[in-house]
Amino acid sequence: MQIIDLENENLRALNATLQAQSADTNQQEWEIVNPRGSHAIAVGLDAPIDVTVKGSTGYYCAGMNKQANIHICGSAGPGVAENMMSGSVLIDGDASQYAGATGHGGLLVIKGNASSRCGISMKGIDIVVHGNVGHMSAFMGQSGTLVVCGDAGDALGDSLYEAQLFVRGSVKSLGADCIEKEMRAEHLTLLQDLLDKAGSDAKPKQFKRYGSARELYHFKPDNAY
Amino acid sequence: MSDRKDSGVPRTAPIQSATFSNEINAEIRRAAATGLYDIRGGGAKRRVPHFDDLLFLGASMSRYPLEGYREKCETSVTLGSRFASKPIELAIPITIAGMSFGALSGPAKEALGRGATLAQTSTTTGDGGMTDEERNHSEKLVYQYLPSRYGMNPDDLRRCDAIEIVVGQGAKPGGGGMLLGQKISDRVAGMRNLPAGIDQRSACRHPDWTGPDDLEIKILELREITGWEKPIYVKIGGARPYFDTTLAIKAGADVVVLDGMQGGTAATQDVFIEHVGQPTLACIREAVRALQDLRVHREVQLIVSGGIRTGADVAKALALGADACSIGTAAMIALGDNDPRFEEEYQKLGSTAGAYDDWQDGQDPAGITTQDASLMARLDPVEGGRRLNNYLKVMTLEAQTIARACGKSHVHNLEPEDLCALTMEAAAMARVPLSGTDWWPGKPGTTC
Repeated sequence: MQIIDLENENLRALNATLQAQSADTNQQEWEIVNPRGSHAIAVGLDAPIDVTVKGSTGYYCAGMNKQANIHICGSAGPGVAENMMSGSVLIDGDASQYAGATGHGGLLVIKGNASSRCGISMKGIDIVVHGNVGHMSAFMGQSGTLVVCGDAGDALGDSLYEAQLFVRGSVKSLGADCIEKEMRAEHLTLLQDLLDKAGSDAKPKQFKRYGSARELYHFKPDNAY
Repeated sequence: MSDRKDSGVPRTAPIQSATFSNEINAEIRRAAATGLYDIRGGGAKRRVPHFDDLLFLGASMSRYPLEGYREKCETSVTLGSRFASKPIELAIPITIAGMSFGALSGPAKEALGRGATLAQTSTTTGDGGMTDEERNHSEKLVYQYLPSRYGMNPDDLRRCDAIEIVVGQGAKPGGGGMLLGQKISDRVAGMRNLPAGIDQRSACRHPDWTGPDDLEIKILELREITGWEKPIYVKIGGARPYFDTTLAIKAGADVVVLDGMQGGTAATQDVFIEHVGQPTLACIREAVRALQDLRVHREVQLIVSGGIRTGADVAKALALGADACSIGTAAMIALGDNDPRFEEEYQKLGSTAGAYDDWQDGQDPAGITTQDASLMARLDPVEGGRRLNNYLKVMTLEAQTIARACGKSHVHNLEPEDLCALTMEAAAMARVPLSGTDWWPGKPGTTC
């Protein structure tokens, strides 16, 4: 276990050290202590290493992550795991706005609640939120899956493309072109797999599925909401 | 009226309304027939105060010129020296602006890279990610970071030479993009992670930051991902240049790219292009004032774009305080866009050479704004690169000619004092004297 104390090390040294790890590194476990809400912790990683952040983080923790498994033992500020390509990010607490924004791949698990615009413009990432998500979540979501075990706020899935949304609780309102869809067997299987990976005991049959009505796929003057 | 017509009495000539012109009336009829607003490519076509309204004074009794073709006049420019450990060094102060693969064909993007490389300058990706052809043929490549984040990934972020965060563009400050389905080939769709054939929206706001304070942290993140090596540009449309430039500097930009309303776009509403944003000429002095007020003029470089066509335009922009200029539409024309040799085909598309702007339809006879394989094949990227290099060379020589005439050994030594204006509007915007006077509207110490 390698330990980096942000009380003694600066951010540049931290990220440079983690970014320097290669696929065959034997230093596979890292712990970051005293993060104290710092921004841009563990960004741009590209190696199959495990990084544990002992505390809460500021903006963009785990941004553009590839391969690494990052565990935040606290809450995360805005844009956690933004544009993640692969690997995983686990947050014990809550996540602020834009969690998983534009993510291309990997798994983001939020044990608490996520604020507004969770999964905005998602492009393949899978996101599982044990609690609730705020308004405009999955806005313009292109692909990937957003699973919400609690409730969803206003305008869920507004202007959605092909991302799949599953919500167990209530949805305050659906956004433009987002509709409830039939839950078929393949969706239940997909959902069970993600719930298992996220450590949730929720049952797939408790969820409803939402997706794009695809009415906005071709420009029309009536699209002007 | 026939009795009057036949009477031999002189009659009032038919008068076309300046307000309800034939062009306006045609647009009213088109809107009435279709219920659709007009979408097109390009920048503002209306007449606005521009560099043509400025003149250089040249050397005289009080100024000492440099000998043309003989005495040295430098043109190099360094971009990104504020914070980046690897600033970009360019031989000429003219760069190629961001244009997307998707809006433009692969060969067109390759031609831009080839031409820029021959001219020892940079080219820029666009909304749609970076292609290998573009990277491999561009010695200096600027990677745009846009609200859509189509194709955005850390590997391309690391293999670019600079990062340009696009906040706005001159053709549509405050607007997003639209790439219509006919241009969404399988390759374009794959790079953007969307189904082929659908109309694609590019958002007008970034998904994970909402203001200058957030942007400062976003820039920190991008620098951390790329080891503080890459210059970071912030591109703004010509909206509120003083405040936008101030906030971009505050957020930590190495370079501010300022795009006026004549700057082109791949596609947006005509009403947006013609009625939102300010002319390039009106924006430069305000942006420079912001740089000077924060004491970072020349430390944070200013790139100006939007309607740059000649070396004279470049020289005038530099004289007003810019460090470099950027060209998009002009580069496309150098490749063959709107060339009269395609006139017959433009006519079939309901247009004419010089006016063709339906770039969103993907039927470009010149093979530039298309993803159609047979049309794309019309553009030879090697020949296109050669033409672009020639054009950049001519622009540079023109700018040098003017700089020497003003007695400057580097084009960056040009200054407002070298200029006068032909119109009151241009004098006010450029803050240089109206020709034949020592006055401009708003000149300190004067009233108007």
